[in-house]
Amino acid sequence: MELDTLWIILTGSLVAACGGLLGCFLVLRKMAMVGDAISHAVLPGIVIAYLLSHTRDSLLMLLGAAVFGILVTWIIEVLSKKAQMQVDAAIGLAYTSLFAIGVILISAYAGQVDLDQDCVLYGEIAYVPLDRFYWQGLDLGPRTVWVLTGLLLFIIAFVYWGYKGLFLTTFDEVYAFSLGISTTFWHYSLMGAVSLTTVFSFESVGAILVLAFLVGPAATAYLLTDNLPKMLLLSVILGVLASISGYYLANWVNGSIAGAMVVMIGLEFLWAFLWAPKHGLWAQRRKARSLDLSDIHLEG
Amino acid sequence: MEFLPDLLDPNARWVMLGVMAICASSATIGSLTLLRKQALVGDAISHSILPGVCLAFLIFETKAFWVLLPGAFVSGWISLRFIDWISQNSRIKSDTAIALVLSIFYGLGILMLTSIQHSGNAAQSGLDKFLFGKAAALMEQDGYTFLVFGAFVFLFVSLLYRPLRLLIFDRDFALTTGFPVFALELLLSVFTVSAIAMGIQAVGVVLMAALLISPGIAAKYWTSDFRVMLFTSAILGASGGFLGAGISLIWPKMPTGPWIVLILSLIALISAFLGTRKGVLRQYWMHKQNQIKILEENILKCFYHLGEPDASYEQKRSREEIQARRHFPPSRLNMGLKRLGRKGLLASQGGGACSLTEQGIQEARRIIRVHRLWEIYISKYMHLASDHVHEDAEAIEHIITPELEKELEHQLEYPIKDPHDQNIPYAPKK
Repeated sequence: MELDTLWIILTGSLVAACGGLLGCFLVLRKMAMVGDAISHAVLPGIVIAYLLSHTRDSLLMLLGAAVFGILVTWIIEVLSKKAQMQVDAAIGLAYTSLFAIGVILISAYAGQVDLDQDCVLYGEIAYVPLDRFYWQGLDLGPRTVWVLTGLLLFIIAFVYWGYKGLFLTTFDEVYAFSLGISTTFWHYSLMGAVSLTTVFSFESVGAILVLAFLVGPAATAYLLTDNLPKMLLLSVILGVLASISGYYLANWVNGSIAGAMVVMIGLEFLWAFLWAPKHGLWAQRRKARSLDLSDIHLEG
Repeated sequence: MEFLPDLLDPNARWVMLGVMAICASSATIGSLTLLRKQALVGDAISHSILPGVCLAFLIFETKAFWVLLPGAFVSGWISLRFIDWISQNSRIKSDTAIALVLSIFYGLGILMLTSIQHSGNAAQSGLDKFLFGKAAALMEQDGYTFLVFGAFVFLFVSLLYRPLRLLIFDRDFALTTGFPVFALELLLSVFTVSAIAMGIQAVGVVLMAALLISPGIAAKYWTSDFRVMLFTSAILGASGGFLGAGISLIWPKMPTGPWIVLILSLIALISAFLGTRKGVLRQYWMHKQNQIKILEENILKCFYHLGEPDASYEQKRSREEIQARRHFPPSRLNMGLKRLGRKGLLASQGGGACSLTEQGIQEARRIIRVHRLWEIYISKYMHLASDHVHEDAEAIEHIITPELEKELEHQLEYPIKDPHDQNIPYAPKK
């Protein structure tokens, strides 16, 4: 196996692992579409930071994206609470406005911004190995891999130490409140982490496909288990498997690697949707049928 | 004015009209989905159209709109069915189902698109315009197509206005009466998917959701009438289309789609703030008005209570007397007394003291009456102890209408005493 192949698969796996861990909480909190909103809304933050700093990997860029990611969740909150807007309408309105501003900024400063729409819409994971990270003249591999590894460690730490807060505010807000745990704090922390993941994954998979990495493996894991730690672990494993198989699928059809990884995530979900041991369609149908039979027996 | 020559060009004029037509039709159709609480389904469909477009291209090897449209339609349709299927047949909630279908169909589309691009087929260039929209490159024929579609949408909504209203606001009732709900839903989906397949060409995949829902969101802040709302949203959509397309005619560097969306968003945000129905400012104003009403009524009550022991309701009362009976923040009391004076319910007696006028006594008596009637009502029908009924009556007295008051009097058969053994003041017989 070529070294570049390894780097690409590793990048995909890292994005999938970060997304899977956070995605579990998004799915359980019924906030999947807020993830969608964030992944689009970071665009103006990235463009503004780029215009100010003229480089792609600056702290400013992270800050800009995180600010806009949290801004969009705040806008959604204000629109739905203060202006009594339907939540889904508020999500749609908030993220399309911010995304439109991002695209307008890119067009207005075209030539100054080395970001094109293709990159936004599907990223290019194949370029990951080209951008190297040097330390004292030593080639340490692709920069993206290092950045994503850092992000993954951060998210693992976040989920590990924040587990109690995240768990309680997800499943029993009232109980969490009675223990003095701030729902607002965990809400915005989670949204901040999702924004960071989106930004770091931006160049490799783009704004829209990162949503599949966030929601797909988590939804699949949700069908396979009822236990949160198992769900977290499963979603990471499923994401990594999809990254590996996706790479070979992309090679086979000669297409976008990130797109292929997402297709594999979709197939995993379909498989779990049909055949998951307890919550799959087949298992449910069989259960329903056995119930019907017992009903007839009782009546007879 | 560089703007005029551009508009005089017949091609530009048709494109402009077409963009306005597609914006108006998307807004109308989108308002229907918005009212059905499916605001984001349109977003999912617009992302899911991509694989169908690519497949149609792979099979027929042409970019002709009439070939790609059915492809777009089919995959948009399948995505819609998938969302329903997943959220109805598993523990996955609909928001997750939407996010999942959206991103995975889109991923499949990207995989197919890039695979086509890498295949070296020369005909493919420009296929990706489906992703970003290409309002600037729209042709006269596109304008015609959009106008024809707009006419169809108008016919659809105006001919089926009543059935649509029933479907949206009382689907369960429609089902029980044997109304062809599923056929109508099918037709509505057909229009939704077609509107999206066309609108995407103007604004692109990501921003299509805004074209559908933003005008409807704005319209909902101005009216609660279904017909007016549909009409308003269509007009708002068309104006957004006009302004957005206008901006990119004046500054060719500017992209049309994002500007249309930004203008529509601004309209929606302004409406959410200023709208006469549930707008933020309106809500704030209503809240203030309500607080003032409560303050005034409480002051009147206070005057009445002070006069009750010796039936001296017209006696002048100083602020200290009022404050001793019931505490008001001084500035609020000032404001309340002034307002009541202007309304002719209180008369100033010099030295900061006031007295109730004849009209004031009547109004105070009414509030006290409603309060005490309500106390009897809940102690009688809800079996609450008499020391538990005051708080409730304190809140309800400000909102009981004259009709309700009549009904209370009638049902309780004109009682004389309230649960605290106080008289119920009726208006003197004329």
